[in-house]
Formats: sequence, C-alpha cells, structure tokens
Amino acid sequence: MTRESIEWSVVGHDVLRLDGPAKVRGVQRYLADKVFPGALHLALARSTHPHAKILRVDTRAAGGVPGVAAVFTGENLLAVHGVRPCYGPAFRDQPILAFGKVRYAGEPIAAVAAENREAAEEAAALIEAEYEELPHVQNPFEAAQHGAPLLHDSLEPAGAFADLMALKGHPGTNICTHYKQRQGDAEKALAEADHVLEDTYTCPPVSHAHLEPHGAAAWFEPGGRLIVHTTSQTPYFVRGDLAAIFGIALADVRVVVPPLGGSYGGKIYDKLEPLTCLMAKVTSRPVQLHLSREEVFYTSSRHGAATKIWTGIKDGKITARKVEVFYDAGAYAEVGPRIAQKTGSTAPGPYKFPNVSVDAFCVYTNKTPSGPLRGFGVPQLAIAYETHMNKAATILEKDPVALRREYVLEEGDLYSTGSPVTSIGLRACLDSVSRVVEKTSENRPAPTLGPGLTQEKHIARGRGIALGFKSVISPTISNAIVELNSDGSAIVRSATVEMGQGATTAFAQIAAEELGLDVNKVHVTTPDTDQSPYDTLTAGSRSTYHMGNAVIGAARQIREKLLETASEALEIPSEEFELREGRVFSRSLPERAIAIPEIFLKRFGAPGTTLTGEGTFQGHAVKADPETGQTPRMTEHWFAGASGAEVEVDTETGFVKVTRLVSSADVGRAINPRHCVEQVQGAAAMTLGFALFESMRIEDGRLVNGSFLEYPLTAFEDMPREFITDIVENPLESGPYGARGVGETGTMALKPAIVNAIHDAVDIWLKDMPVTPEKVLRAMREASGAAPGKEASGAAPDGEGPK
Amino acid sequence: MSRRTISLKINGEDRRVEIEDNTLLLDMLRDRLGLKAARDGCSVGACGSCTVLLNGNPISSCLKLASTLPEGAEISTAEGLADGERLDPVQEAFLEEGAFQCAFCTSGMMLAVKALLAENSTPTDEEAKTYLNGHYCRCGSYPEILKAVRRLSGP
Repeated sequence: MTRESIEWSVVGHDVLRLDGPAKVRGVQRYLADKVFPGALHLALARSTHPHAKILRVDTRAAGGVPGVAAVFTGENLLAVHGVRPCYGPAFRDQPILAFGKVRYAGEPIAAVAAENREAAEEAAALIEAEYEELPHVQNPFEAAQHGAPLLHDSLEPAGAFADLMALKGHPGTNICTHYKQRQGDAEKALAEADHVLEDTYTCPPVSHAHLEPHGAAAWFEPGGRLIVHTTSQTPYFVRGDLAAIFGIALADVRVVVPPLGGSYGGKIYDKLEPLTCLMAKVTSRPVQLHLSREEVFYTSSRHGAATKIWTGIKDGKITARKVEVFYDAGAYAEVGPRIAQKTGSTAPGPYKFPNVSVDAFCVYTNKTPSGPLRGFGVPQLAIAYETHMNKAATILEKDPVALRREYVLEEGDLYSTGSPVTSIGLRACLDSVSRVVEKTSENRPAPTLGPGLTQEKHIARGRGIALGFKSVISPTISNAIVELNSDGSAIVRSATVEMGQGATTAFAQIAAEELGLDVNKVHVTTPDTDQSPYDTLTAGSRSTYHMGNAVIGAARQIREKLLETASEALEIPSEEFELREGRVFSRSLPERAIAIPEIFLKRFGAPGTTLTGEGTFQGHAVKADPETGQTPRMTEHWFAGASGAEVEVDTETGFVKVTRLVSSADVGRAINPRHCVEQVQGAAAMTLGFALFESMRIEDGRLVNGSFLEYPLTAFEDMPREFITDIVENPLESGPYGARGVGETGTMALKPAIVNAIHDAVDIWLKDMPVTPEKVLRAMREASGAAPGKEASGAAPDGEGPK
Repeated sequence: MSRRTISLKINGEDRRVEIEDNTLLLDMLRDRLGLKAARDGCSVGACGSCTVLLNGNPISSCLKLASTLPEGAEISTAEGLADGERLDPVQEAFLEEGAFQCAFCTSGMMLAVKALLAENSTPTDEEAKTYLNGHYCRCGSYPEILKAVRRLSGP
C-alpha cells in the first residue's frame, strides 16, 4: 500500500526520530556522560581461572593505595548482615562477588572504591588471589553429561516471573532447564523413514558489542532510599531485585535509565546494579562503575549452542523432525531457562510436520554468563532447521522454496505444541525473499573481483534463502500514563528503554494520532521508576505491541474526557466528533469545532491543569505440559522473517563475500516504516558478523579475544553490494494500529541463508558458525576427497560442538 | 608525573587546559572540559566513537596523549559542529537520512564524514566505505550513513 493512501495522519508515516536533534548535536547524555557529584569510582578484580576454589584474597596492598575508600571481597559480602548475596532472574545463582569458588575466568572477586578511577584501577590490580584449580568444562554438550565438572551444587529458583515459577533445575548435573515437546511419535517415524538426515550445528558465544559499555551509579539517601542510575533494559526487574537483595520496600528503590548506546539484550536483568549498590552501602557514599570493553566481554554474551537435528523422509514426504539443543548458559543461568523453554518450543521450525520431538537444554559451563541477543536463541535453531530444509529438498529433488511452501505454517494451522497459529506472515516473507533471489538468477550481476583475483574461475557464486519465526515473550505487562496539557502538548510516561530502536518516537506517534496532536509536542519520558509506571521489560520485540497498546488505552481515556466536554460545549453527541490538529470537530459540521485549550477552560474553569489517562496491556500464554510441551496458547503472537543471500566464494582462499542480502519481516503494520526498515536491516548487518567472523574464542578456559582489536564487528566494507529490506505488512488484529515488534526478525534466518548459498556455490554443507575461510577450505578439501577420514567439522580449538 | 597547562583551540575557542603527562585527549575533553560527545567505546582506537578532528584530521582521542598535542592545535568535537541553532550540513544530513539509531557512534561518525568530504568532495560509495571502515555502528545504520554522505557530496 502506498503511504499516501493510509488513513492515519501520524501513525504509518516516516516521522523523524524525536531524539534526533540531541543526538546529532552530541548532547544526548548516556550514563557515562552524567556527573554524579562526590561519587567514588569502582574497579574490579577478576578471576584468572575458569573454575577454582578461592583459598585467599589478599587486599592489603590495594587498601594502601592513596585515595582508596574500601576494598571488598566475596568473603566480606557473606559477613554483611541483611544483604542477599546472590541474584538472577531465573535462579539466584550469581554471587554479587564470587565467594567459595569462581566459575569463569573474568568473574569479579573483589571491588575497590576510590576517590578517582586511576586509584581504583591501580588498587584492583594489586589484589592477589590464591586458588585451588578445579576441572572446568566449556562445551555445553559435554557439560550436560553425567560426570562433567559440576558448577553449582544446588539451585534456588528466583520466582520473579510467571513463566519461570516452576523451575527446579536438575540436581547433580549442569542442566538447569530441560524443555520437552512431543507430537506424534518422532522416534518411530525416524525408524520407519526411507531417509534420515542427521546433523549437529554449532554456534559459538558472541558479544552483543553495544558500543556503550555497561555502567551504573548508586547511592543511599539519608532516609534510606536507594537511588540507582543504570544502563538497563529492565528497570523494574532491577528495582524489584534490589529491594529484595537489600531488604527494603519497592518504593524505597528508584531506578533511572538514560537512553542506551545500544544493548541488543546485553544490558538486561541485573548486571552491575547489585555490586554498585552494595559498594554504596559499604562506603555510605555515592559510587559509580563504568566497564571497560574487555569487561563487557566478561559480563554477557549470546548463548553458544550445539543443535542436533534429525529429519525423517518417507514416500516423498517429511514425516519426522527431532531436535536436541544444548544452549550454553555459561557460569550463571541469567534468562537461559526461558530461552530453552520458550525458544526451544520453536526448534522444529515454522512447519507442519506430523511427528515432532524436541529436547532443549540450558547447560552451565565455565565461561562468561550468556544472555539473550537479538533473537532470543532462535538463530541457533534456525541454522539447523533451515539448512535441513535445503538438504531435504536435495533428497526429494524439489526446489527449496517450493518445499518450504509445502510445509510452512499458515493462518489457523496447529503448531506442534498444539497452539493455533494466528496472523503469521511466513508465506509472505518467503515470497518476498524468493522473488528477489529468483530475480537475481535471471539477471545476475557481473562479479567484481577482489584485489589480486584476476581469474573468474576462482569465484563461485550461489544463492540461498531461509525462514525463521519466533513467539513473543508472554505473559508480560505494560502500563502507560498520558498527560495532556491545556496547550495541546502531552507527556507519555513509559518505562520502555530507548536504546536506538525508536520506541519513544513510536509512542509519541501513537499518542499524537489518538489525540490529534502535533507529534513534536509529545514528550515521551525515559524510565524512572519514581515517574513511569510498571513495564515488564524492554526486550523480545515486545514494546511496540505491548506498550503501544497501553499508550492507546491511556490516550483513549483522555480522548473520552475531551469529547465529553466538547459534546457539552457544542451540544453535539460525542460519537460525531473527530480529534485532529489540536481540535475537536464535528464530522458532519466541520465548522463546529473547539480547540484543546478551550476544552480545558470549559472543563476546569481555568488553564494550567492536565488531563490524565492510564493504560494497561497484558499479553497472555497458557503454561505448557512439562512432558509434551502441549498448550492451547503458547504465545501472545508470532514473528515471521526471511533472508535471502547471494554469495561469492573464493575457491582458493575460502573467503565468502555476501554480495546481495535480502531481509523480509512481517511488521504487522508499520508505525514508522523507515524505523522498521532500519531495525530489520540493522539486525541483518549485525548477524552478518555472527555468520562470517564473530566468535568469542576460549582457549584453556579463558577468553583470548576480548578486545575490538581481536574481535572485529561488521563494518562498512562488509556491507553487501545490494542490501535490501522488505517490510511485509500483515496486520495483527490485537496490535496497536495492527503493529507488531520488529527488532529481531532480521536476525533469524540470515545464517542459514548464507550456508545454503555457500552450498549452492561450492557444494559443501557447513555446520559450524562462523563460516570462516579456514572452514570453507577444509570442507571443500574434504568434499573433494583430499583429506579422507577427517570429520567435516570446523570446531574451534576448544571444541564448540559435540564430538 | 608532572602537571602542565597547554593552549588549544577547541571548537574555535582558545582554551588553556591543565593536564598531566598521561592525560588522554578523550579524558581531557570529557572530564576537564565537559565535552561529552566523544565517547569511549573500546579504548584501543578500533571503534571510532571517540574520534575528534585534530587540525581537521580525524584521530582516536582515546589513544592520543594530550601532552603530545602541538601548542595551539585545533580540536573539533561534535559539540562544535552547529552554529548556535543552525545545524551543520553533516548534522542535517544525518538527521534527514536517519543515519543513526542509538547514536553512540554518531559524533565520531559525523566528524569522520566531514574529514572525508574535505579530502574528497565527491566520494563513491566504495571510497566512503573504505574511508569510514574504522567506524563501527553496531545498530547497522551503514546504508543511511552512506546516503548522508551522498547527500553531502557534490562540487
């Protein structure tokens, strides 16, 4: 549909970011740009071992550095009365400072508070610890086996979220969650199949690499209130957990979150907040902590994963799909259990298969704790199920796109969880990417050769597509307050975190549309738990839908009040009215109008007051059967996305260049079309790095590339020559103006699209991400029989996948 | 460690700043002068978030010791781009093309684009990509940044 033809005046239009002027002027204040008067600086000492008993932490030299106010260890933590020493959203498994033992290299063991950063860092470097090394485990598949080195003796469920209430852990193992899904009889169908495809795909941990490192500042006010400024996607979770950790009332904790310099899942739940607040308590001073880039690598990562997949084919049909995925939680579970449960439920892929079996495990290993990263575990599954669709197409001698069309979930289908599929734009996304890729085949561009490449024969070209899908996090709650001023300006109070996704602009558009206001006169607050009502979190592409609906609810309360007064003033029934350009006017008699300031005067007899509305929106899901994963409603709604890639593989160097990348995502209806494109495209750009070169490399249990000098990100020159983003609009009935979220859809299918394109080019199937030149060359050598007996696997030195 | 005072021209203004021998230019700007637009993303000169212009040339201020700046050197930060209410053309172009999301990289990116265009007023996309390759935008606004460059390029 053309933008001109849409029925709305603000929603659906490319409104410029409302925070844009501050951002281009360089005056947008991120956390590290704020001044916290009198605040001590914190620096941390970290474990040098992946798994070890702490015998002694010597802080004497550190304490003697001039300017040091306090040095604090895990032992000291245990001695503080009234502080709960551990935290976590699923299990309370992570100590504020390690005590007893360390579970990963890089884990904080002591904190220094000093008058300036230099003194704090100098003192932290003087802290010496003695350890007794323990066996460590890095591979999630190995860690899940009995007899593996055990990270946690017992687990305490956090009870913080409805969907994580029933967690128990699996005592005596490193498995913290085991999700199961059963439909039909996958084992029987595999046993009876004509062909069984069986493969294991691995993804290493990768870094969110938000350019803004984590930071936090905190102090206790004289009356005992705790004030925290932090880089967080979850201000209300942080408030709740800090209240519990320090044994104070929710009302006595205030969490303030400035706009974030990127996050992508990396600044979620508790990160620096418990330690920062602890040091504020210990020193009775304001304190601040700003991580270095290296420390960001020690704070969170995306779950590495080993995904084993079986596809059964009988009589020309896919009859069975079985998946076992081992998500690598790292040393602490964070929200990994939800990833195993919620995302594990989508492991069969977006298809109708009669017999399905899924076992999704979240497993502790001795490395940086993992967290969600733009896709919540979906990309680690899609690499398996989408490569298998192409492998199955080869066996069935069918076109890969046609095979997907045969099995893809459509409106009204029952998924293998027993949940009906609603408003899922999978086919439209598939059509979109296949159209572009097919068009390429008729009309392939002439290759441009890289430097040093003089012969066309070194370059093999191929194309691939893939699909992905995801369910929105459910159940969650968003609240919003809208305040309309008598001059026609408005404030939207929302605890949604602005981290570049453009949420504040979208909510301003929604409020402006509902109340007929100038969008530039709507101010959307950043989260401050003293000012903004409760919101579960900013994550999982949920804000546009949930908070958007809450803003509509709040604005409509105000709208009713405006119309009520206008109706009395103009003596016209309120159903005749429309609100536009700051005025209420009659549809049938447009000259009968009353402007907002006049309405306020009529209603209150004086200007200066406000009209307030409050909106609440809650998503729903029904808990799944623990043995079969069956549920009548597994999610509030679905996300669909697809990717198409054209690659050039240099057959001499193994270098893969993505020359054309097409991303397609179903956004429901676009509140701000340009921002939707930017989200999908940005997700694709980031995922390109994960596909081709990004990997947190662990050697001997230690991260060896925790710096941007050794961990490169996707840069300008990695951009494909053609980088196309296609927004599919398949309105979601329950969404605000039909909208659904868009932040993650561009990540889901990109890696398998590239792997399928590489297969099209050089006839190899890669299974280990990222697809580095070494892996491509090795697989090509093995395919040509040059290295018989070697396994077609490019596992990293430490073994990222099962052997 | 010795302290001393250096004279610089910062965003067109003559400034005298007290520094130590080991004060980084980035810290001097942020902590001594309150100019926060240059930001620390990696501390190793690999991300471009701390880029400022030294006599018109882009440098990583996280790697530059302030004590090594020539006397009277001209430093430009993103705060100095606009002329009061009037935005610089590079700011207008970034705003209109939507060349940022979280914008943590934007200050450094805009200064690098200015330096690029000062060297080459009509860069091709390939030339712009090569010149700007040391500037990361993790949100992935690269296509919009290139659009902004195109909008600004011309005789």
